[in-house]
Amino acid sequence: MQGNTACAEGALAAGCRFFGGYPITPSTEVAEHMALKLPKTGGVFIQMEDEIASIAAVIGASWTGVRAMTATSGPGFSLMMENLGFAVITETPCVVVNIQRGGPSTGQPTMAAQGDMLQCRFGSHGDYSVIALSPASVQEMYDLTAEAFNLSDRFRVPVFVMADEIIGHMREKLVVPDTVPRQERKLLKKGDLPFRAGDDLVPGFPTFGKGYSVHVTGLTHDERGYPCATSPSVHEDLVNRLVDKVESARDAISSADIVNPDARVVFISYGAPSRAVQQVLHDTSRDDIGHLRLKLVWPFAESLLSRFPDAETFIVPELNLGQMAREIQRHTDRTVIPVPKLGGALHNPSDLAGLLEEVA
Amino acid sequence: MRTEIRFSGFGGQGIILAAVIVGRAAVMYDNKHAVQTQVYGPEARGGASMSAVIIDDEPVLFPKVTSPDIYVIMSQEGFEKYGVSVTEGAVMLLDSTLVHSRPACRYIEIPATREARESLGRDIVANIIMLGALVAATGVVSREAIEKAILDSVPRGTEELNLRAMKKGFELAEQVKHG
Repeated sequence: MQGNTACAEGALAAGCRFFGGYPITPSTEVAEHMALKLPKTGGVFIQMEDEIASIAAVIGASWTGVRAMTATSGPGFSLMMENLGFAVITETPCVVVNIQRGGPSTGQPTMAAQGDMLQCRFGSHGDYSVIALSPASVQEMYDLTAEAFNLSDRFRVPVFVMADEIIGHMREKLVVPDTVPRQERKLLKKGDLPFRAGDDLVPGFPTFGKGYSVHVTGLTHDERGYPCATSPSVHEDLVNRLVDKVESARDAISSADIVNPDARVVFISYGAPSRAVQQVLHDTSRDDIGHLRLKLVWPFAESLLSRFPDAETFIVPELNLGQMAREIQRHTDRTVIPVPKLGGALHNPSDLAGLLEEVA
Repeated sequence: MRTEIRFSGFGGQGIILAAVIVGRAAVMYDNKHAVQTQVYGPEARGGASMSAVIIDDEPVLFPKVTSPDIYVIMSQEGFEKYGVSVTEGAVMLLDSTLVHSRPACRYIEIPATREARESLGRDIVANIIMLGALVAATGVVSREAIEKAILDSVPRGTEELNLRAMKKGFELAEQVKHG
């Protein structure tokens, strides 16, 4: 099965019942498959007029209590940025799949990239935090998309599936599980204020049409949901909570494969370049090489680095100019070597093996 | 053992579908692992088209072809792009109706487009002839597997035509083998 189709199947298995989107290479197969399958589940597929409207429709659908998603690529992702901030401040669960292609602008529509890793984290204005996953196989396109809905409902935050053209378009074996684990959205209890959170910092969700009359606004709001845009403390408390509800859980939700924790030299990767690193580890006879493969990229859990106590060097191959390498560098005093690659081709395992010989 | 197969031709010939069918045969019917990829541009038809499939007994780690063991070339442009840099140990199946050059490795000439047109009446099944020839010449997947995978992948109502194309491919490759 193709990666993009597996993504759509994972979403359907997770109970996604709304897709609002606009076709764009190399993500279109996700929308195509949802258009084919969603109506048969009683769900709704809408092709919107553009990506701004697409994410707006997803946000609206989510407030009716359904699991909602969209899928896009670079130019569409850029258009979604403003409303993604709206999803953050209104604490609207939604899943956004980005099958990354070469940018900036129209760039390379049919070629792979990982150039939107910082955009997904910081692309809307203001301070906030989100969750991003990065699949490295067709199986993970299924599994991580399903998991994205759980994380999104649990934290009431947009969750990004940051794939790329290689993983989205390649075909390989998919084993469909009988069921996928499902964590439901916590609902608002009668009498509670709609934006007052308990210890987990996530307020209960007042589903539209289920007896609540709630004001949902992009303005800074108090715990009742009413606009309150001039009080420094209300804004500070709200934004801090929006950040902390995700950041305080970063170790709890971190998800990564760890290979050879005693290694001196450790590759760190996510998405397609992971497959090149796996080939290098498979082919090498050296036993001092490790691999940290991030499945959950944001929030970056720096505690993962200390799982390699003997590491002297981290090597970070990415299909960009070193976006996550910069994040990794700020959490460690070890040497971090970015291996940037642009143009759409994957790092060649023999090049990475050659680099390995050079550094250690 | 890892086997890398590169397909190239022009958009509309079913170059990507050919790789998908081989991958499907390997995974679904021969119980192997496979990864299928492609490179394409914004053109829909007529432009250069390239696809690949990697078949292995173990899970395929690196998903891209680095040094193809087998080439299936269906256009002159495809040959010029990929056929000139072949390794000596590789084998190439080429559609001799459309490819005029010959590689520096072992090669098998299959007049697929001519046979598709003259024997079967439809150019469009040239890729399936090439698939039949590929399987008969290299055994990269079993004949049973490729037949099932073809039947899974072609439009309803064209099954018989496609199976005839596959068998034509078997025959053409066998003639070369024994000829």
